[in-house]
Amino acid sequence: MLLFILERANYWAVIGLMMIGLYITFASGNLIKRLVGLSLFQTSICLFYVTLGIVAGGTAPILMDPDTSGGHGGGHGEEAPHAAIDAVLTAASGGDRVADLVHTYSNPLPHVLMLTAIVVGVATLSVGLALIVRIREAYGTIEADEVREIDMQTAIAQEAEQEAAEKEALA
Amino acid sequence: MKSDHHVILRVITKVLIPVIVLYGLYVQFHGDFGPGGGFQAGVILAVAVILYALVFGVPSAMRAVPPAFTRSLAAVGVLLYAGVGFWALLQGGQYLEYQALFQEEPGGHHGQHVGIILIELGVLFGVSGAMLTIFYAFAGRVAEIRDEDW
Amino acid sequence: MAMSEPDIGMALVNIVLLGLLFVVGIAIARLRSLFAIVMLSGIYSLVSAVWYVAVDAVDVGFTEAAVGAGMSTAVLLGAMLLTSRTAKPEKSLRQLGPLLVCIATGIMLIYATVDLPAVGDPNSPANTGVGLTYLRVAWFDTGIENVVTPVLGSYRGFDTLGETTVVFVAGIAVALLLGFGERSLAETIRNEDKSLPKATTKPDPENEETDA
Repeated sequence: MLLFILERANYWAVIGLMMIGLYITFASGNLIKRLVGLSLFQTSICLFYVTLGIVAGGTAPILMDPDTSGGHGGGHGEEAPHAAIDAVLTAASGGDRVADLVHTYSNPLPHVLMLTAIVVGVATLSVGLALIVRIREAYGTIEADEVREIDMQTAIAQEAEQEAAEKEALA
Repeated sequence: MKSDHHVILRVITKVLIPVIVLYGLYVQFHGDFGPGGGFQAGVILAVAVILYALVFGVPSAMRAVPPAFTRSLAAVGVLLYAGVGFWALLQGGQYLEYQALFQEEPGGHHGQHVGIILIELGVLFGVSGAMLTIFYAFAGRVAEIRDEDW
Repeated sequence: MAMSEPDIGMALVNIVLLGLLFVVGIAIARLRSLFAIVMLSGIYSLVSAVWYVAVDAVDVGFTEAAVGAGMSTAVLLGAMLLTSRTAKPEKSLRQLGPLLVCIATGIMLIYATVDLPAVGDPNSPANTGVGLTYLRVAWFDTGIENVVTPVLGSYRGFDTLGETTVVFVAGIAVALLLGFGERSLAETIRNEDKSLPKATTKPDPENEETDA
């Protein structure tokens, strides 16, 4: 039981962080704070992906010496569980293209996905901030409820104006 | 004026900016061997200009690196990346198939190296141009700063 | 199985860093000063960058430190200078709903993790799939040591092309929303012409920022 908890504690911590980000996004009326919460949420998603790619006892996915010396051969690391993949790959490519890894590396795929996601995240964050700056210039506030209030009042005023105009047209 | 207490900042910045640019280029071209690559290097290069803008003022930074240059840089970066794909198409391969750049057998690394360096350059241009455009857009707005807000 | 023997030190680093992230996150949720919130979000990014390095994701850590801590803090500060400094206090009753929703979502997600493979399991589906294949074929295919680079540029080149385009489009979108930035240059030059003697430093927003 303790082992089960320890093996999943990382997930739970990351989910907790995610929920903090979600809470900030939901609960705060200030638009900038909301975007900060959103970027917190996004960072936590990246943490989750990278958590999925951790390999116990692995190092960063930068190939080290014995793995880069030749195309194949080399030592026999932990290929036993991967025999099936090996067989598929060898069948597909004539047996020459797959190296047995001597060292253990962590999974590079989540790293690549998250690397680009972080950069795109800051780009989209700045688009959101630009919209907030425009909202502030139009409304004079960046609190969501005040913006809603101003919208409501404008709508009511417009309606009253319209009614007045219609009455004038009738009269 | 109050520019006196910025002296240390100015001197340090002048020393730091070339180092930051050099480090950005190192990150860019060392990405094959260690952590790094176009995304990181692009942001580091953009940060060098942003640091200059923070210390010496946005107008002088805009004189050094004009906004027209940064947005065309971003466009050139994306075009360079897409262009490598078309180069591969012209060589008879598929889009972005670097193996086809020099029509190599599988296992030949020349095309891969050239292709990856070129697209990383595209990413570098694209990211640093876009980031600087974003920064200039925010910094170029004239803000009314009310001191009592701080 | 996976966490049985790996060292206590690693677990401690994990606990300390994730705990720091928790503290910073809760502080962001409770604070009202936007300046403090922006700075804390930079700290959040930096701490998570350290955590990435601790779990062997060096490239991600590098990106998070440069982009998340550097660039996004700068952009957030710029936006904050153009809008306001403090957030309005929340009504405590209105915070109850979001809190309940978040707790419920969190419990559901935690319930879902029961089915996930253990952290660090080398035989989990995620780690035996295409990621491992990349590690094994990358050297033969490209001759590049850092596997992240060929996966980014070669195996998933379309993906990266799309991401670069998104960044470019985002830059153009911000510029279209806020203007390309020459306006302040023109305005400053106009001001300098008016008051030539003290032309050196017009206090523009970014200088104010370094003061603070």
